[in-house]
Amino acid sequence: MSAVSTGELLMKLWRGDASGGDFVEYRLPAQEGEVVLDVVHRIQATEAPDLAVRWNCKAGKCGSCSAEINGQPRLMCMTRMSTLPIDEPITISPMRTFPVIRDLVTDVSYNYEVAKLIPSFTPGPRPAEGYRMFQVDVERGQEFRKCIECFLCQNVCHVIRDHEENKAHYAGPRFLARLAELEMHPLDTLDRRAYIAERMGLGYCNITKCCTEVCPEGIHITDNAIIPLKERVVDQRYDPVAWLGRKIRGRPRPMTPADVEPYTGAAAKAARAGQAEAS
Amino acid sequence: MASVDYERHDYDVLVIGAGGAGMRAAIESLEQGCRTALVCKSLFGKAHTVMAEGGMAAALGNVWPEDNWQVHFRDTMRGGKMLNNWRMAQLHAQEAPDRVLELEAWGALFDRTPDGRILQRDFGGHRYARLAHVGDRTGLELIRTTQQRAVGLGIDVYMELKIVRLLKNDSGEVIGAVGFYRDKGNFVVFSAKSIVLATGGVGKSWKFTSNSWESTGDGHALALWAGADAIEMECVQFHPTGMIWPTSARGLLVTEGVRGDGGVLKNSEGERFMFNYISPYFKDETAETIEEGDKWYEDKVNYRRPPELLPRDEVARAINSEVKAGRGSPHGGVFLDIASRRSPEYIKRRLPSMYHQFKQLADVDITAVPMEIGPTCHYIMGGIRVDADTEETAVAGLFAAGEVAGGMHGANRLGGNSLSDLLVFGRRAGLAAAERAKASSVETTLSEAQIKEVIDHATSFFANEGGENPYDLHHELQETMQNLVGIIRTESELIEAKEKLAELGERAKKVTATGGREFNPGWHLALDLESMLAVANCTTLSAIERKESRGGHTRDDYPKADPELEKVNMVSRYREGNYSVTPEPKPEMPPELMALIELSEGEGKSAPAKEESK
Repeated sequence: MSAVSTGELLMKLWRGDASGGDFVEYRLPAQEGEVVLDVVHRIQATEAPDLAVRWNCKAGKCGSCSAEINGQPRLMCMTRMSTLPIDEPITISPMRTFPVIRDLVTDVSYNYEVAKLIPSFTPGPRPAEGYRMFQVDVERGQEFRKCIECFLCQNVCHVIRDHEENKAHYAGPRFLARLAELEMHPLDTLDRRAYIAERMGLGYCNITKCCTEVCPEGIHITDNAIIPLKERVVDQRYDPVAWLGRKIRGRPRPMTPADVEPYTGAAAKAARAGQAEAS
Repeated sequence: MASVDYERHDYDVLVIGAGGAGMRAAIESLEQGCRTALVCKSLFGKAHTVMAEGGMAAALGNVWPEDNWQVHFRDTMRGGKMLNNWRMAQLHAQEAPDRVLELEAWGALFDRTPDGRILQRDFGGHRYARLAHVGDRTGLELIRTTQQRAVGLGIDVYMELKIVRLLKNDSGEVIGAVGFYRDKGNFVVFSAKSIVLATGGVGKSWKFTSNSWESTGDGHALALWAGADAIEMECVQFHPTGMIWPTSARGLLVTEGVRGDGGVLKNSEGERFMFNYISPYFKDETAETIEEGDKWYEDKVNYRRPPELLPRDEVARAINSEVKAGRGSPHGGVFLDIASRRSPEYIKRRLPSMYHQFKQLADVDITAVPMEIGPTCHYIMGGIRVDADTEETAVAGLFAAGEVAGGMHGANRLGGNSLSDLLVFGRRAGLAAAERAKASSVETTLSEAQIKEVIDHATSFFANEGGENPYDLHHELQETMQNLVGIIRTESELIEAKEKLAELGERAKKVTATGGREFNPGWHLALDLESMLAVANCTTLSAIERKESRGGHTRDDYPKADPELEKVNMVSRYREGNYSVTPEPKPEMPPELMALIELSEGEGKSAPAKEESK
């Protein structure tokens, strides 16, 4: 069992908002068996009640408390103080790829906008005796479904970290993994490959594996999701074996605009008619 | 009247809370053709449902063909110590399989049987292996599947939005709600013909809890303040195996799956003490010796299950007794040991997230050392009283589903029954809310005066100069509830708690919020405290009133169950600024269902022949 030696902690927390801000120092006694979020909470409960920080489960399962700790993208709830050099100041700053709202809280709405563009799971008709899938076949997708949507992978992906303009046409590792999961789902029938290449920006990823390195769930985003997805998209055009497979198994259904436009399609428009007049 | 700035939305159905129940309700409402809004206090997909590990109970019969809804119903009623609303328990048992299969059709990837069907696992209190699961992250699978479904359907989601009050018209129907965006601090007003509360639990009123910051009982409070009834608020479940050490892992629950897969409970003397705590009620289906219990893991047909797999209230009480008897672990709990009983490879394969969490959070290797655990506030069985079929509350147009609703679980919830509860009753609430909205011609014009009153109240904490820090008051509330209204209760302590809560209630009105309205957790806590105090008051008053021990409610001064109190609901209400609790007759179960129960608690009848002993 780990133990932080007793003594004083010097925490440097970024505080500010969209208009700017700076690191603010907080000194407090070290305590045994704490994670970074425990320390942030102690500061909040004493010196800084309005210190903005997102968190929920404090157990590495909800993916809310992402931040950059001493420059490293981490979950605050899963970073033990005993793993940090606590005789030096510890800095905590918000994720850089997303606009700051306040203090450690960022505007991650980009991710929720991308999620709306993912063509939904589309199973074939359900047989009378129910769907059958085998463990070995579901395990590939299960790896990606471990994702807790902490968006640390999105945060470190250089395609968007330093290029705001790419957010308009690039889904980012979290959603490429989601697309890979759908493509590998044993019951799914939709062919999203052209869409993944053209609209989701798969080609922007040049497999530097930064996303995989920061994933708190240990998902092999690059090796198990993105690279197979790239192969699959290429195969669509060039691979004779894949061509033969499609001949035998039948073609998946090609996508139509309706698959990606729940927010602009006719049904959604009808359901949303007449609401939300601002006052 | 001075004008107040706020954003305005109009919907047919407003769903408050986006965990499993809220999402399922919103999906149903939208599919019924209603304009539907889904509001959540956190980001979308972070709800406490993600924490559920073990699985979702449903009598699919994939592993044990003998299983059916009748057996599931019986297990649920017996687990709930017969205090359940029988109709809810029946609907739940009957409809849970369809809800699981529906998730599969929406893309959920459950673990599979060798012949490709959904695999089901054993869990405490369930007669058959019944829990559909995905490793030990079933809650996350449920959240993602319903979240992705909701997004695919184009539901309007309002994130990081706290609802402060519900609004009613002169006829007493709810027609709207006032809240604010937590990130920007600006106010929002919704009008709607139906409102579904799906706000989850209340754990944040206690010191040791598995619940996230969100679980402040907002829905309980909103409904009570609007005039709805709550029942069985005294029935709070303390999970027997929450981590108590180290600090970073405190409150983290150790899934019952650890015990299902061979983990055992030991006291400081190394004794497997659960064999000393087998109540007559469970004697016939529980192993009597360590040898018999150990054989069950390999041969579930010919041997009975070990007592570590008794319902969780039985296990929690046993742990408490061991600690009180001075045989506890160094930090006041007991040891849960799987390390000495299973190989590291087996543990890592069967319990991957458990292994991962402990290693990373606390640097504890559960394949090498025992875990130090103790009872932790986990779940409230009680909640808003609803009609079993429609989930409508006593207030017209107001519905409740999931943990915020009461009745389904009686005095104690079986593991695995909450995820299926969310989907079964989330769907029913969404359906009934949509039907009401479609049939109703109610005018949803909101009173500007009411809106202004709510906004003025919410912002009043900034004007409380020199008041207390809301965090300090919160700590005091948690200490009070943990020490006086915890797992073991007694009259004098409950009275003390009641008096303390009255004092805290007055002080809570005067706490100060410093800083601005933009993402200000201190201000949020000042408002959340109102909800937490509502829950604490109802729980304490109900606990005083229920003079017996039943399920999650244990009275030291009334250690036995009282057959007369099995027939009553403890009903909490809020009238003219005061909380009160009254016992009222509970709906009576029809004889054909009663026949399924076999043995009711408090009676010494012998168990029936074990024609299918597992």
